[in-house]
Amino acid sequence: MRTNSGVICMIFVLFLCCTTGKCKLQETKPTNSVSLETVKPHPNDIGEPQPYPEEEKGKLPVFTMDYSRIQIPFEFTLWVLLASFSKIGFHIYQKITIWIPESCLLIGIGLIVGGIMYSVKEEPPAVLSSDVFFLYMLPPIVLENGYFMPTRPFFENVGTVLWYAVVGTLWNSIGIGLSLFAICQFEVFDLQDINLQENLLFASIISTVDPVAALKVFDDVGVNEQIYIVIFGEGLFSDAVTVVLYNMFAFLADMPVIDSVDVFLGLARFFVVGIGGVLFGLLFGFMAAFTSRFTSRVREIEPLFVFMFSYLAYLVAELFAISSIMALITCAITMKYYVEENVSQRSCTTIRHVVKMLATISETLIFFFLGVVTITTVHEWNWAFILFTLLFAFLWRGFGILVLTQIINPFRTIQFNLKDQFGLAYGGLRGAICFALVFTLGNTINRRNLFVTASIAIIIFTVFIQGISIRPIVEYIKIRRTNKDLNTINVEIHTRTMEHLLCGIEDLCGQWGHYYWKDKFKKFNDRFLRRILLRDRKAESSIVSMYKKLELQNAIELLDTTMGDISAAPSLVSLQDEKKEASRPKKTFKATDIRKMHDILSKNMYRIRQRTTAFTSKYGLPDDSQTREILIRRHASIQRSLRAESFREQPAQNISKSLRYYSLQPGGNLDSGLPLRRRSHGEQDLLLNSFDWLWYISMQILPLADYLFVFTGSNIRGRRAPVPAARRRSPNRVDEDEDEIVSEGQGEERHLPPRGWAPENRDLGTNEAGNSLLRPSSLRSQRSWRI
Amino acid sequence: MGSSRSSLRRVPDGQQLLQETGFSAAVLLRLHQRFQFLDKDSRGHLRSEDLEAELSENPMGDRIVGAFFQPGQETVDFPSFVRVLAHFRPTEKNRTRGGEQPEPANSRNRKLKFAFQLYDRDRDGKISRTELLQQVLREMLGLQVTEEQLQSIAERAIQEADLDRDHAICFDEFRKSLEKVNIDHKMSVRFLE
Repeated sequence: MRTNSGVICMIFVLFLCCTTGKCKLQETKPTNSVSLETVKPHPNDIGEPQPYPEEEKGKLPVFTMDYSRIQIPFEFTLWVLLASFSKIGFHIYQKITIWIPESCLLIGIGLIVGGIMYSVKEEPPAVLSSDVFFLYMLPPIVLENGYFMPTRPFFENVGTVLWYAVVGTLWNSIGIGLSLFAICQFEVFDLQDINLQENLLFASIISTVDPVAALKVFDDVGVNEQIYIVIFGEGLFSDAVTVVLYNMFAFLADMPVIDSVDVFLGLARFFVVGIGGVLFGLLFGFMAAFTSRFTSRVREIEPLFVFMFSYLAYLVAELFAISSIMALITCAITMKYYVEENVSQRSCTTIRHVVKMLATISETLIFFFLGVVTITTVHEWNWAFILFTLLFAFLWRGFGILVLTQIINPFRTIQFNLKDQFGLAYGGLRGAICFALVFTLGNTINRRNLFVTASIAIIIFTVFIQGISIRPIVEYIKIRRTNKDLNTINVEIHTRTMEHLLCGIEDLCGQWGHYYWKDKFKKFNDRFLRRILLRDRKAESSIVSMYKKLELQNAIELLDTTMGDISAAPSLVSLQDEKKEASRPKKTFKATDIRKMHDILSKNMYRIRQRTTAFTSKYGLPDDSQTREILIRRHASIQRSLRAESFREQPAQNISKSLRYYSLQPGGNLDSGLPLRRRSHGEQDLLLNSFDWLWYISMQILPLADYLFVFTGSNIRGRRAPVPAARRRSPNRVDEDEDEIVSEGQGEERHLPPRGWAPENRDLGTNEAGNSLLRPSSLRSQRSWRI
Repeated sequence: MGSSRSSLRRVPDGQQLLQETGFSAAVLLRLHQRFQFLDKDSRGHLRSEDLEAELSENPMGDRIVGAFFQPGQETVDFPSFVRVLAHFRPTEKNRTRGGEQPEPANSRNRKLKFAFQLYDRDRDGKISRTELLQQVLREMLGLQVTEEQLQSIAERAIQEADLDRDHAICFDEFRKSLEKVNIDHKMSVRFLE
């Protein structure tokens, strides 16, 4: 039923948009001063005989319509809405999107709409002019790719990625160009007027890969990190390379004669463009990072800096005609690391959401228009050219991957086997850039329409055929999968140890290897960059982050498993009474557990976000539904238990006072917090405070749910062996954090670094079996909870 | 390099070392040159001070140096130097070896054993909590964490890996916790191929 109504809705909207489009396009032709629907008489015509004598002069028009004024934004909004509705439509029926990549579906809808528009003889809007595409539609996509690039695998494989991107694209362009030129020599195909430069130009256009659909499949299936990052990086950088090649060949195509000097200059230009792009990107990235250091009082506009600086990097690079894509990517990578440590959580989430949203809009529109334009543009079909182009594209890509891999494998510790290579070759789909570039070909190229047709044919072929078939093939040939199971503290510790070890061995051998440079960069980073660019400069080892992450997971799982059992829970007596504590079954919710969880959560709230796993999926926003569900259930059970309880004797008064501190609402200060909770009995007071504390925690957690996904999502969903409650044995002596918990409640920004992680000399002693909180000495530290 | 055979004669036990460690002649020569460079007084063996000078900034420096010295010895001669470094050679793919040959130095097992011995300084076959905690973690994490947090981390690490509940990690548990990690990648130096 839902599917049907969704489809009907979609079709209705489609027609609505098209008819509106029809009306509005009819109206664009006349100039502004005449509007078909205006009722007002024209000012010039006052005094002359009116065409419609029944109208009266001088009356106030009650209802007017001025379409031309809002035309452009209106059309834009409608197109975006239309494309988005189709996206909604696909996801109504889940199974489609698994088997058919979204780009196919979008092109399909585009084809349909194009067909409709063609039949009513309309022109699609000129979205694919050079400026609109390169200045408005491309940057969001590139920004998203750069921002969500998994940096560690990328830098470990940067040589390989660049090798495939740069050399591979060159190989493909030149290979395809030369082969096509050879084909053009045959008279029978009627292609003789295409000269070498034009062939090379065309070849450079279609050798760029846009592996969006392939990446989605790889991500879903979970292929090994190496292939993923190579395809990802190759897609990203081959755009840059192609744009450079395109400009170069376009320039050359206009020239009647080419000397060898020009080839040399071309090569030099290549390097200037690439390196210049990187430098500009770094510059703007650092500027953005530095700016974000000072934005603590203007939180609302923090995301703005990210977008403005990256866009600025792009535009300035365009100004100097150097690779704007490289600039943007470099800017995003540089910026991300520092900005995410400086800004508040909300800003961080906002940035991520908006980046994804803009990129999705752009991508959707591009594929959509691909479909539309396919129908409505003027085509020139030449079987030979198109078929040979397809053939050569495949051949050269496959051959290229083979040869390039042979050359680079000896330099890699994890080498690509044949299956990997096949995955790489088959994942080379063509897409948006190819399309846009071919459209911007000037009319000096006499076979322009042929090129357009050929490009569209290739794009549609690769996106549909390869895009749909890549999933079954990848699953069938069993490409090596990734090891997503490396989420343990042990692995983290031992990996770090090994890194240090290898660094030392490299030093001993006197060799500057990979680890040497990594270490050097890390030291440079810690000593200079972090000091300048970050507001709070505490370095944090990945071991510590992993530990916090796991503890947070435990806390959430603990919340989940003790559901419904709150009635037995807050026995504050246990604070004073070890024996009772020990005899209680672990499932009940003790105040000490509560306190521990509180500590864990508050400590860990602020640092988790930048340590996302390498495979941060860029294909969907974090799914926080699970966490929210847990918390909503929690809250509901709290409310229920509130009604029905028997309370225990309250122990010493000083404990109750300190526990009250837990019930602060975020943003409230201590005084405002307390009155909310005052009831008739002191006892009731106390009991409620514990529940309120749970509520407080859940209020804290909910906004964090976005990035909680990244690590809790896969684990909680999969319900792997949950951490046994016995782990709670581990003493968690973090009383000193109580200070900053309270001060948080006083309305300070939640990004304040937990002071508890600063080196301190207090040692509450080790205690294997129990909790230091239970010992009498803990009462002393409780007083430190004062503000 | 035609001269490598002749200069290999300068290397003590050159041929035997080639067999044992699997290094190529060129690499062995380079290591010999490096050894002579580190051995500043040309004594023919290295003391711990020579090695420590190179590793002063490494948080695990003294442990790494310690791994070169056999218990009780104070000097390292060239064969021992090379034998230790042989652990870091990248593993070859299609090796076939007869059953009676000893396990090559750069097999996964031997690499793991080397790493294990980095932790297990007293060589009792187990990584106890204090070994893990005070020494390794403190070295690596420095001042980032307090004492309590360090203990929590160590406690958690032991709980995760400790299958026989003796509050220590033995070699098998160590190996098991790292079974999904590509050790060859993480513990090989390309230069030593």
